[in-house]
Amino acid sequence: MGAYLTRRFLLMVLTLFGMSVLIFVMLRLVPGNIADILVDAAGIADPKEKAKIIHELGLDRPIVEQYGQWIGGLARGDLGFAYVSERPALEEIAPRIPISAKLAGMALLLSVLIGVPFGVISAVRQNTALDYFLRVISLSGLSLPSFWLGLLVLMASVHWFGTIPIYSNEPRSFLQEVGLLSIPAAVVGFRSSALVMRLTRSSMLEVLRQDYIRTARSKGASQTSVNYDHALRNALLPVVTIIGIEAAFLVGGLIVTETVFNIPGVARFLVEAILWRDYPIVQNLVMLIAFVVVMVNFLVDMAYMALDPRIKYAD
Amino acid sequence: MRICLALVAGSLAAAVSVASPAFAQKQGGTLRISHRDNPPSASIHEEATISVVQPFMAVFNNLVVFDPKEKINSPDKIVPDLAESWSWSPDQTKLTFKLRSGVKWHDGKPFSAKDVKCTWDSLIGKADEKSDLIRKNPRKVWYSNLKEVTAGSDTEVTFTLGRPQPSFLSMLAAGYSPVYACHANGRDMRSKPIGTGPFKVVDFKRNEAIKLVRNPDYWKKGRPYLDAIDWKIVPNRSTRMLGFIAGEFDMTFDSDITFPMLADVKAQKADAVCEARPSNVNTNLLVNRDAPPFDSPELRRALALSLDRKTFNDILFQGHALTGASMLPPPAGVWGMSKEMLESMPGFSPDRDKNLAEARAIMAKLGYTKDKPLNIKVSTRNIAIYRDPAVILIDQLKQIYIEGELEPIDTTVWYTKVQSKKYSIGLNLTGLGVDDPDTNFYENFYSTSDRNYTGYKNPEVDKLIEQQSAETDRGKRQKLVWEVEKRLIEDGARPVINQNVANTCWDPKVKGLVLQHNSIYNGWRFEDIWLDK
Repeated sequence: MGAYLTRRFLLMVLTLFGMSVLIFVMLRLVPGNIADILVDAAGIADPKEKAKIIHELGLDRPIVEQYGQWIGGLARGDLGFAYVSERPALEEIAPRIPISAKLAGMALLLSVLIGVPFGVISAVRQNTALDYFLRVISLSGLSLPSFWLGLLVLMASVHWFGTIPIYSNEPRSFLQEVGLLSIPAAVVGFRSSALVMRLTRSSMLEVLRQDYIRTARSKGASQTSVNYDHALRNALLPVVTIIGIEAAFLVGGLIVTETVFNIPGVARFLVEAILWRDYPIVQNLVMLIAFVVVMVNFLVDMAYMALDPRIKYAD
Repeated sequence: MRICLALVAGSLAAAVSVASPAFAQKQGGTLRISHRDNPPSASIHEEATISVVQPFMAVFNNLVVFDPKEKINSPDKIVPDLAESWSWSPDQTKLTFKLRSGVKWHDGKPFSAKDVKCTWDSLIGKADEKSDLIRKNPRKVWYSNLKEVTAGSDTEVTFTLGRPQPSFLSMLAAGYSPVYACHANGRDMRSKPIGTGPFKVVDFKRNEAIKLVRNPDYWKKGRPYLDAIDWKIVPNRSTRMLGFIAGEFDMTFDSDITFPMLADVKAQKADAVCEARPSNVNTNLLVNRDAPPFDSPELRRALALSLDRKTFNDILFQGHALTGASMLPPPAGVWGMSKEMLESMPGFSPDRDKNLAEARAIMAKLGYTKDKPLNIKVSTRNIAIYRDPAVILIDQLKQIYIEGELEPIDTTVWYTKVQSKKYSIGLNLTGLGVDDPDTNFYENFYSTSDRNYTGYKNPEVDKLIEQQSAETDRGKRQKLVWEVEKRLIEDGARPVINQNVANTCWDPKVKGLVLQHNSIYNGWRFEDIWLDK
């Protein structure tokens, strides 16, 4: 196990290194840099002014030197300066991480709390009215774009309650924050829960047809015990995989929800930074997301071992 | 004379404020406004977008300003701001301002003539090498006639011009011409600027908010009425509208409500006060005249004749946009041509069939027919307000045997593409900071201007632009301006499709707001606005 973890750790470092090179190079391959854009935003292109900005930002230095400076800074916890706001990148990024993390966490929690139980119910009541109903709901969750659903929720809220649940002021308490994030989390969670529910259902159906389930029934185990003790645990392996993928997606993929509900999170900020070619912000945020994805994958692998004792990672 | 005018204007303003029911104006409250996007920076001098001017003009003062109580900005409606009075030298080349004393910057340091000199020295490239107050200047051409700024004393400053230029004062009165603090640095001015204005910047957080609070030491006693202005950056327009309807915002971003949206807003918030006004932003065509096929003047003329402005207007503005050339037409515009004059210009005739027949004849002569059309790309910024008219244009071009293909360009590299001339036809929007011929003609059509994107060069037009610029007789100047307009239309320099009109809405409790009808970039000092609640 120890050797496995060491190997895994080294692989994670290698993945992150590869990711850093990839994002660094790709960003510079995209047409236009911050100087073009700053000058373009003003509707002019004075080569002297552009050259001055390029020099100030160090973009005229060799690319390897720029990369070394970024990675060296990253290792020291210095993320550099955001090009557009001209503030330390850490100051720009840090306050947005908890907002997106809470939103993603709540959405994920909702998707698991709704998706898994309803997936199980749908499977054990296969081809009943309830199963059909739940399948229609899950299908709509997958089909409705979250920006459309989000706007519908906002319109309904304004129409029926005369209020709009958008993130317009920093919440003053934890409860207020939960209240504020719960609606967008539900909108995002609806899609994720539909995915989790469908996968749980199909996985459960497959497991419920296994010999050992028949054996458990023949031994006189109750239906509840068969469903939850014997079937669900084994059916959860693919569900855990998809929850892991969703968790990784939610960290950086909340752009639409953050825009519609006006949440000042990481995803919206990242897209804005890409548009402005704000390299320090994009590079560091992508690395953060890559780190989260790598960690989530690692945790999912560990979860496999906990869920299925037959899985052992060889040294 | 100017001093007299200033004094008269000042007295009138004072009289109006005394005569009006001043007791009705209430102090306090926070005005909440939605903002459509992230301003690139807070430094007005460095940017060319309403996204910067609207929130940050309240932080600064100008030397002079267009009378905020008037809806129309015009040279005879300029009132003192940081300058108490001004006078021209007999040869009209020296403009001397007497400045207010006792004015302080938001950090407590005193304002003086040195700050004025420092600001304009930076704008004309004469600043100290160590100064980094302004790193880019999109309005360089405004000050191409400014030779020198001298501070006679702490309260007197003189602008020396190369030749008479009556528009110069109008440029100084624009929202784009605030006075900067000499002791500030560029980075601060872009992120958390200081000014002498009625509001101080508390915070400017990208993607979130801009918070301004009342400047308790503002030199204009009793102003501003508001305690604070809270701008929320809400990039999604639907969310902004719903927020306004739900009462989350007291006011929409300027010109944010299109005519189709207006009905929705009024249906859901019946008490909303909405005002439609020209934005002095026009939709126009950039024609690459340096490369085939549009290096042909005949083809450019056919293009101009193919435009069906009414259709553009009906589809995009429900018929509310104005038809005009590059200067905004009257009554909102001070310098533009009347409807009758316009209709005598190529492409502006209401006889559409005749225009099309002439255009098709030109195309046939050039060898293009229905079976052998001219294939081109119509490039534009990849955002709706650019794409929508571009699609209509492509449809109209088909009628003169031009098959256009939409080429949406990432908005961040739009001007780079345009300036490198890698396009045939571009659909563009041009906004004017001041309804003034100098700012428009020098910026967009003068042969050496950075912002003359099409590279239009006509020595005769350059000469006419210079003549009108130096002409001090208003009537004579007006005729020269019309002559320039006529030449630009005939040359197909940058055919204007529509002069855009849009709506701004606010809650009825917002009082004292006067929208300027010939430039969206002026009148955002917010010092006379108050909340009736």
